[in-house]
Amino acid sequence: MSAAEDGLKRAARWRWWEGALLLALLLSWALLPSHALLLNEIAILALFAVSLDLILGYAGIVSLGHAAFFGFGAYTAALFAKLVMPDPWVGMLAAIGLTAALGAVCSLLILRGTDLTRLMVTLGVASILYELANKLDWLTGGADGLQGVVMGPLLTPFGRFEFDLYGRTAYAYTLFVLIVCLFIGRTLVHSPFGYSLQALRDNRLRTASIGLSVNARLVAVYTVAAAMAGAAGALLAQTSGFASLDVFDFHRSAEVLLVLVIGGTGYLYGGIFGAVVFKLLHDLISAWTPQYWNFWLGIFLVVLVLVGREKLIRPRTWFKRS
Amino acid sequence: MLTLLFDGIAYGMLLFVLAVGLAVTLGLMNFINLAHGAFAMAGGYITVLLMNRLGVPFLLCLPLAFLGAAAIGAVLEPLLYRRMYAKPHLDQVLFSIGLVFIAVTAVDYFVGGVQQNIQVPAWLQGRFDISWVGIGKYRLFIIVVCALLTLALQAVLTRTRFGAQLRAAVDDPRVAGGLGLNVNRIFLLTFAVGSGLAGLGGALGAEVLGLDPTFPLKFMIYFLIVCSVGGTTTITGPLLAALLLGIADVAGKYYVPKLGAFIVYTLMIVILMIRPQGLFARAGGGK
Amino acid sequence: MSEVVLETRGLLKRFGGITPTNDVSITVEKGARRALIGPNGAGKTTLINLLTGVLEPTAGTIWLDGADITQLAPHQRVRRGVVRTFQINQLFNALTPLQSLALSVSAQLGIGGQWWKRLGTDPRVAPRCDTLLRQFRLDDVADQQVQHLAYGKRRLLEIATALACEPRVLLLDEPVAGVPEGEREEIFDIINALPAEVSVLLIEHDMDLVFNFASSVTVLVNGAVFAEGSVEAVSNDPRVKAVYLGESLDKSEHG
Repeated sequence: MSAAEDGLKRAARWRWWEGALLLALLLSWALLPSHALLLNEIAILALFAVSLDLILGYAGIVSLGHAAFFGFGAYTAALFAKLVMPDPWVGMLAAIGLTAALGAVCSLLILRGTDLTRLMVTLGVASILYELANKLDWLTGGADGLQGVVMGPLLTPFGRFEFDLYGRTAYAYTLFVLIVCLFIGRTLVHSPFGYSLQALRDNRLRTASIGLSVNARLVAVYTVAAAMAGAAGALLAQTSGFASLDVFDFHRSAEVLLVLVIGGTGYLYGGIFGAVVFKLLHDLISAWTPQYWNFWLGIFLVVLVLVGREKLIRPRTWFKRS
Repeated sequence: MLTLLFDGIAYGMLLFVLAVGLAVTLGLMNFINLAHGAFAMAGGYITVLLMNRLGVPFLLCLPLAFLGAAAIGAVLEPLLYRRMYAKPHLDQVLFSIGLVFIAVTAVDYFVGGVQQNIQVPAWLQGRFDISWVGIGKYRLFIIVVCALLTLALQAVLTRTRFGAQLRAAVDDPRVAGGLGLNVNRIFLLTFAVGSGLAGLGGALGAEVLGLDPTFPLKFMIYFLIVCSVGGTTTITGPLLAALLLGIADVAGKYYVPKLGAFIVYTLMIVILMIRPQGLFARAGGGK
Repeated sequence: MSEVVLETRGLLKRFGGITPTNDVSITVEKGARRALIGPNGAGKTTLINLLTGVLEPTAGTIWLDGADITQLAPHQRVRRGVVRTFQINQLFNALTPLQSLALSVSAQLGIGGQWWKRLGTDPRVAPRCDTLLRQFRLDDVADQQVQHLAYGKRRLLEIATALACEPRVLLLDEPVAGVPEGEREEIFDIINALPAEVSVLLIEHDMDLVFNFASSVTVLVNGAVFAEGSVEAVSNDPRVKAVYLGESLDKSEHG
């Protein structure tokens, strides 16, 4: 085996902690049934953050409107269950498909321009969707949200499972989707395409100069990330039975950005670690000062950035791909 | 219809005064300051507190709002912002979002979340009715004040030495520094004045736009629209963009209330797609 | 060896009142070893940018193998074999030399868009990476992040990346810029060892290198072609000498 072959193989090899993480995810379902609802929330947030990592950590696009896709997936899944059929799998596929289409269209908007332009456009799209959801209240329930989404049972090779009040079925369903997305994401980031995303982030000019189309890649990664975010949104709607305007809110976009930054960008799993830490911090601090969570969030953000993101997540550099 | 135009112009001029500081900060320090609205909010609340608690007359509150917000800006710039200029845009975004959250919750804590009301002095209430146009006195006042400020800004930029230094620093800070200009001082003064103007805008606009702790978040996107559509290399760019935005928003909300702000956002995206560097930016300039 | 590979016809670039490229018509034949020289500001890098598609011409056309490529995007021109290096290193800082080269090779093979297989699964990739890493003395740093490499190694990687694209026309923009004296020869040995069919256009200020490498020269002054011909003819042209303000092109006087 040549040195190059060996080096490239090593880069894609499964790390011990990746396996440990997967095991931990599976065990969490088996061993913590009473926390299934909380774990479900964390897993949904994690998937949302991982989808953002694809465009932020890997392709270097700063988006302040990723909630657009999360929200779109949520409403699509909710409306699908209400108006077409309550089967969760079909609804999930519908949500993913439609959100991917939205992502593909929106990707055309981020091809040109500076960081500020992209920021504005992503913010604008999320705001437009918020407004649409708000005004089309005959369809979406407007400010009251879309209520009464009743899901059918989850049909699996292991049997039929109703969504129960304790969230065990929900969490299993969410975990399944999360793990599938992780596998897809992993394959993607270790492929030539994945490396070309990093190249794009590091040096657009050079990426074009080795013969790769920057625009085609931006469209592709944005579509995939949108689809994944849409899946996360669909999970939220399907497992909580309800979709409301706040899925499009700026707070969501800002939050997921922070979750990813906490967990670390660019190695795919940052979204998961970030979601766990964030939710725990949130619950801890909210228990202490319920209304002023945002204040401590703000302080945390300012300190985090002043101190330097890299310094704060230094322990994580063991986990970073070389 | 002309009344709408007039209201739109008033709104636009107000937006300009609010956003011009952000445009200059963006052009000068290449810093995306999402917390700019917090300075406007500060100006608004200073005015409210001075008027309602201390009985200070409205006209006096305006310069005080300017000075108050400018002072806060002058303190924060060297303390916090200056360390952020070299950082990547993502960090700047996170930082300024953090500041907004802090400002919003702090105000909520100290003053409460209720919308604040300003009692505009009697001579500014009411309107003139000239043919078909209803000219609100307060809105006319806003237009006059903002127009004077714009002219003053333009004069400072083009006629004073500071203005020349500022323009040099915007063009190329390294070269400007190399020429012996105290770039730090220029940044500080510019940031302070920009924040002060935002504060003044907040004070002027409290009656028209509504003042509550969510102000910075609600209007952040409008300020950013002014900057991204207007470009950050001139004063007239943001001015025209703000007027366009003001008129579009007022007209949109009147004619198609169902769609609300949808029109403004769509217009912005369309403009940015056609000209990513902004509608009025110098060709090839801006970042 | 007189088959024309790359040709420009009346290439013109004008912006903001200046004309960095003024009606340039040049032909580069197959296997050329052409140096592009001229005083600072003559428009050499602009010409390269026009050839690679980074800049759009105001007028004029560019032809590759008899086909008009003026409308092609930069990455499309690379796929057709027009490859350049940059005067200031343009590298992928977070990747390693191995990964950068593997990506470039994959791109050249047309599998740069593959998302379902690991980078390097294709059996053609690794051997070519090995060769390039060895050829450019990068094998000892193959697994280090590019941002941590010394400047000399980064420069070598810059050129290696271009070669990974299997160029037919190679545009070198001051390849030894900033490289210490002792390491320059290394780079030039590699350039000299390029296959004979590859046409090379070299922007260079160091006249030693021009003499050692080039067989023909194009002189650009104020964006226009000032003189063209063999190295001996151009270096003896009194007008060219005058343009360089007394700087002697004569090898023995080079300072």
